[in-house]
Amino acid sequence: MQLHTLTISEAHDLLKRKKITSVELTRAVVDRIEAVEPKVLAFLTRTFEDALEQANAADKAIAAGKITPLTGIPLGIKDLICTDGIRTTCGSHILEDFIPPFDAFVMRKLKAQNAVIAGKLNMDEFAMGSTNEHSAFQVTHNPWGLEHSPGGSSGGSAAAVAADMCLGALGSDTGGSVRQPASHCGVVGLKPTYGRVSRFGLVAFASSLDQIGPLSKTVTDSAILLQAIAGHDEADSTSVPNGVPNYSACLGRDLKGLRIGLPKEYFDIEGLDPQVASAVKKAIDTLSGLGAQTVEVTLPHTEYGVAAYYIIAPSEASSNLARYDGVKYGLRDKQKTELLEMYRGSRSQGFGPEVQRRILIGTYCLSAGYYDAYYGKASQIRTLIARDFEQAFQKCDVIAAPAAPTPATALGESLDDPLAMYLSDVFTLPANLAGIPGISVPCGFSDKGLPIGLQLLGGHFAEETLFKTAYQFEQATEFHKKRPPL
Amino acid sequence: MEFEPVIGLEVHAQLNTSTKIFCACSTRFGAEPNTHVCPVCLGMPGSLPVLNKKVVEYTLRMALATNCDIPPQSRFARKNYFYPDLPKGYQISQYELPIAINGHLDIDMQDGSSKRIGITRIHMEEDAGKLIHDGSLPVSHVDLNRTGVPLMEIVSEPDLRSAAEAGVYLRNLRAIIRWIGIGDGNMEEGSFRCDANISIRPKGSDTFGTRTETKNLNSFKNVEKAIRYEIARQTEILLDTGQVVQETRLWNPGKGVTESMRSKEQAHDYRYFPDPDLLPLVIEKKWISAVQKDLPELPSQRRERFVTEMAIPDYDAGVLTSSRELADYYESCLKTFNQPKHVSNWIMGSLLGLLNAEGKSIEDCPIAPKDLAQLLKLLDEGAISGKIAKTVFEEMSSTGKPPKQIVEEKGLVQVSDTSIIEKEIDAVIAANPNEVERYKDGQKKLIGFFVGQVMRATKGKANPKMVNELLMKKLGT
Ligand SMILES: [Zn+2]
Repeated sequence: MQLHTLTISEAHDLLKRKKITSVELTRAVVDRIEAVEPKVLAFLTRTFEDALEQANAADKAIAAGKITPLTGIPLGIKDLICTDGIRTTCGSHILEDFIPPFDAFVMRKLKAQNAVIAGKLNMDEFAMGSTNEHSAFQVTHNPWGLEHSPGGSSGGSAAAVAADMCLGALGSDTGGSVRQPASHCGVVGLKPTYGRVSRFGLVAFASSLDQIGPLSKTVTDSAILLQAIAGHDEADSTSVPNGVPNYSACLGRDLKGLRIGLPKEYFDIEGLDPQVASAVKKAIDTLSGLGAQTVEVTLPHTEYGVAAYYIIAPSEASSNLARYDGVKYGLRDKQKTELLEMYRGSRSQGFGPEVQRRILIGTYCLSAGYYDAYYGKASQIRTLIARDFEQAFQKCDVIAAPAAPTPATALGESLDDPLAMYLSDVFTLPANLAGIPGISVPCGFSDKGLPIGLQLLGGHFAEETLFKTAYQFEQATEFHKKRPPL
Repeated sequence: MEFEPVIGLEVHAQLNTSTKIFCACSTRFGAEPNTHVCPVCLGMPGSLPVLNKKVVEYTLRMALATNCDIPPQSRFARKNYFYPDLPKGYQISQYELPIAINGHLDIDMQDGSSKRIGITRIHMEEDAGKLIHDGSLPVSHVDLNRTGVPLMEIVSEPDLRSAAEAGVYLRNLRAIIRWIGIGDGNMEEGSFRCDANISIRPKGSDTFGTRTETKNLNSFKNVEKAIRYEIARQTEILLDTGQVVQETRLWNPGKGVTESMRSKEQAHDYRYFPDPDLLPLVIEKKWISAVQKDLPELPSQRRERFVTEMAIPDYDAGVLTSSRELADYYESCLKTFNQPKHVSNWIMGSLLGLLNAEGKSIEDCPIAPKDLAQLLKLLDEGAISGKIAKTVFEEMSSTGKPPKQIVEEKGLVQVSDTSIIEKEIDAVIAANPNEVERYKDGQKKLIGFFVGQVMRATKGKANPKMVNELLMKKLGT
């Protein structure tokens, strides 16, 4: 048995029945990382020593009868999530040597379950990018086609899960950064409702849009991971006090009577790859075959979504990233002795071109005389988009859509054209603007053998409906069982 | 042409909560640099602010004390600028939607009338850290202990018309802050700071002139001096038919002048926008009424009560309500000795004189209110004379002993025994035949001389009223 290929729930079952130990499982994962990581390049920091210690502790806990769904399970963490004592770079030179003195809320939750952390995963710098090519350190390759991008910004997390280098991972989704790479790497990716998971310790890109979400091999595992990290946190004022339901309990429910909304604007979008369109249409047929009914819905402000997002997110980012000034931590241009020169030098050297571009856009949009025309208008559009969804969800329970307009792009393809990259977020970013949850599940492959994802969106706190729908779809199909040819 | 100054003040007052506005770090002053810090106030990646409710409560107190409207919802906003003492690269403040608006404060004018000064807005924000410059090396150190200490900004309408008015307004504001227990209002230590917006216009005009903003006003004296200087400077420019430049100026207390700091063109664009890390702040009516209920009687209310209930002059009431502690002291005295005007005279005269001379505030007063009241009671009962009362008062202030004990220990009880006083009077008459002669010839003013002699002979202990009466009787009128 190849332990690294196990899902979280399978491994948990074996650990619980004492068929395997966490140390054995962790060693298998370490071996797997050593074998395939040179081709995939998903990890920025490996924490094998810590992982084996954690595995040991997990085995002791299990021996003492203390087992929870993530006890002893090797996971990977996007390098945007603060890990106490472990370098957290955000994929940026400016934080290349930054070691947080505290754990993110989600890390405390995982540690409380005796989970095993294999390492920190690659990403586009400060989560700004859709291909992982904007990492300051390395380009992660798609396990399904090494000359292709894994997507982004949580590309390292998606690739690591797809390549069996960890059993599950955490990413973050600001405009699709979990769902899009999950779709490109053939894994399950969930963006929870805004406020469902604490952002404390998640390095901010765009605070009103950021949300931590799990990447996993199955829907069952996604539910397990969300269960572990969800919940109210007083340290995050935007985290909601709503109780956390039992997500695994809803998986087995059937889809009879479920209304699936099909937004006509989504399927008319220019640039939607016909193979993606057809895979998603087939997936909707499958869902209909499972007892769901489809209804047409309309999201009339869809066409303004990208523009609104690319004003709001950079505006917040320009402010959030002001703290990287070379004064307190992170990279400092030591050649410069004058304050303003030191700021300029540190930030010019520390930030890559995409981050600099977004800081400039955001700074411009917030400037006196431009604020109302840009940030103000974008905020109004955001309200309208949220209202579109509210109205749509009066007619349906979930919305089905592609996660991305195309399968993974070839590496190097989108670098020259940021606008094309921004437009590829068209299906994912409305959920962030509206604060609603979304999940991507594998629903097919392109003729080149690259995965395609079906995206399901739900109303606020409708994660259970998303899990139920995605689970029934997964059980009725074989896509999730296929492994990449590494 | 005659000009009229138009002045508005922006006051930053530190709120004396025990913890910072967005984290649990201590706000205590004077600790080792960078010891009262945490990931939140250090602006570490991934850290998030959580609003300290006490700060809201304190600001609500101020809002109610200055008659402000409190909108149901306010928002925190980010004020973006780079400076080494600002770890996040932005200050969390309030911008479009402050917690309180449309208030006012009534101040006393020199002619005894009262003037209403509008308060445009009050908002909450976090303080920045402190740079410490090394004199010997080209380096600066950053101390972030102060980062995140809560501040309240109070912006007045341009209703002030002179430096003196500005001074009165500022002192009143500070008195209220101290009165309601939300800050110490210490200008020299920087817990109470003021910027002045100043312009001038031809008297009678209803449009505003070009204004300047003057910063670095670190004492009440400097506020008034700087405003006077700036009025004179602008007047001179206008009389020269020049143009006042809209700019930020810095008061130089050494030279006694304001100096240009930055022009309008160089002004920062702070790129304010709502802070997405903090939810809109909803203030429910319930909360406002709870704060209102806990609010102490305000200076103006108490002053009015002193005038109506105690029947003391408004001037006295004004002095006695200049601080809550003084007003408490006064009322405490009245519990033992209920003669309001008498007590007020002594507090305003002897007690405040003593405290001023020693540079002390009423909180450090060595004389307990019940002791002062006791002293006045002894005086009133005729047990001691006014002169002795002064002596006892001085003794009380240096030893803190109760008046009765001092009177007993020093044998200062007033002599009201007719036979003893008559004996001394007889002796004085015998020793001063010339004066007796002149008195009888009509020089009635000499009565004072005789009283003085008798008092001296009795070491001031004789009851002066009795001395007067007996002398008149003996000398004949
Ligand atoms: Zn702190």
